[in-house]
Amino acid sequence: MTPLLQAIITSVFILAVALGGFAYTTVLERKFIARLQARIGPNRAGPFGLLQPVADGIKLIFKESIFPAQADKWMYFLAPMLAVIPALVIFAVIPMCKWEICNLASDVNIGVLYIAAILGTAVYGMVLAGWSSNNKYASLGGLRASAQVISYELAMGLSMVAVVLMAGTTSMKGIVDFQQPGNILGWLIFRQPVAAVVFAITCLAELARAPFDLVEAEQELTAGHMTEYGGMKFALFYMSEYVKMIGLSMLFATFFLGGWSGPFVNDPNLGGLLSFVYMAVKVIIGLMMMIWIRATLPRFRYDKLMAFGWKVLLPLALANIVITAILIAAGVPGYK
Amino acid sequence: MDIRELINGAAKIPAGFATVLKTLFVKPVTIEYPKQKREFTSRFRGRHELKRHDNGLEKCIGCALCAAACPADAIYVEASENSNEKRFSPGERYAKTYEINMLRCIFCGYCEDACPTNAIVLEQIEFPSGYTRESMIFKKDMLLVKPPEGVPATPQVTPPGTFDRSIVPYPPIDQNV
Repeated sequence: MTPLLQAIITSVFILAVALGGFAYTTVLERKFIARLQARIGPNRAGPFGLLQPVADGIKLIFKESIFPAQADKWMYFLAPMLAVIPALVIFAVIPMCKWEICNLASDVNIGVLYIAAILGTAVYGMVLAGWSSNNKYASLGGLRASAQVISYELAMGLSMVAVVLMAGTTSMKGIVDFQQPGNILGWLIFRQPVAAVVFAITCLAELARAPFDLVEAEQELTAGHMTEYGGMKFALFYMSEYVKMIGLSMLFATFFLGGWSGPFVNDPNLGGLLSFVYMAVKVIIGLMMMIWIRATLPRFRYDKLMAFGWKVLLPLALANIVITAILIAAGVPGYK
Repeated sequence: MDIRELINGAAKIPAGFATVLKTLFVKPVTIEYPKQKREFTSRFRGRHELKRHDNGLEKCIGCALCAAACPADAIYVEASENSNEKRFSPGERYAKTYEINMLRCIFCGYCEDACPTNAIVLEQIEFPSGYTRESMIFKKDMLLVKPPEGVPATPQVTPPGTFDRSIVPYPPIDQNV
């Protein structure tokens, strides 16, 4: 098989996982949050509401494409794509399973750096959408998005530095391999609990999800940067949010829960399939945690959000790096 | 931010999460309306029905007091004379036309209060709905209940002298009372 053909097949597989996952993450969110609120959730389209994403997609495709008066047409048109592309390309470096078909570029030696860079560009979609819509709610949402994402990206990057310090490599494959030998205690969540907590919190802020959803706070900003969008352009924003949810759950699983590793994963026959199942289970647990958090916590106030990011998470992540470095240098068992 | 305040606040977070998770095991409170219906309260005023006597004759005598009492002007009654060959109600007159505009009706129940023969009753039936304005004007045949089992519907043929002036035939007088 030529490398090009293999890359195409792998890309198609990863896109299928991301887009199929997106469609059913929306159902999972709506059903699960409904049950957490003693409701039933969507159950009309197909058995148990499983065709709901199809119905939603058909509805959105047939919506009229609208450009607001005075909007910057090109930016308005490009912003949804700028939002969705970074969300999709995160998957390129994540080792989803042992099979070659899941790994497009997972052992590229700057995997973690690539992810930090891509997550940094993800905010452009929101900011440009807010700016180009010529709408006060949208511009406020865009401004909030830029401030929030930049503030929390620092703490997120520092928590990833702790992982890189532990594994001694920035390759995603290397990080999974580092956690794989031995038992479940090899997972980094047991050796880097502070980094795991900081990473989980900053993930929510990066996604602009509850309790950090003041980018699109309904009560104040209608829908933030998405206010003027409808039809498929709105669907792209929606998709970028859910695809990023899956991507960040996968990153959390890769960094702290041992990636695709698990019992019997080295079995020559079943190992590939098992690794995919373990990864899927870890990702679904991550998604359900996000939904559970959304159902529980109220939204942050803007100044508290900034104070929490700069005065709590950033010092915590920095102190964690210093302590980790000292432990590694001192050769404490489990740290080298 | 005070560190102690932060720690105290953080200690309360798991309790909130546990409360939400407990709700997962609560039976959903949703009533799936067209399939399941909530029970009405005993004094609920829903859609109207025109009632009948036990002998199948209509209670309505076409007096139009309901139309006069209606604050929304939703009721239209046209009366006509009964005869022994074509008898709709006991007594002299009956409602030839009886229409309620359900789009105007406010379900206040004043028609029920005004009725001298208890002919119109706001029953425990859902408020009607429809696609056209015409379909929301309920005619007499849509409002009238079915006659009791084994009793002919109206118009009935009655022997002369039975329903001359009275609203209902006098019941036989119980001598023991």
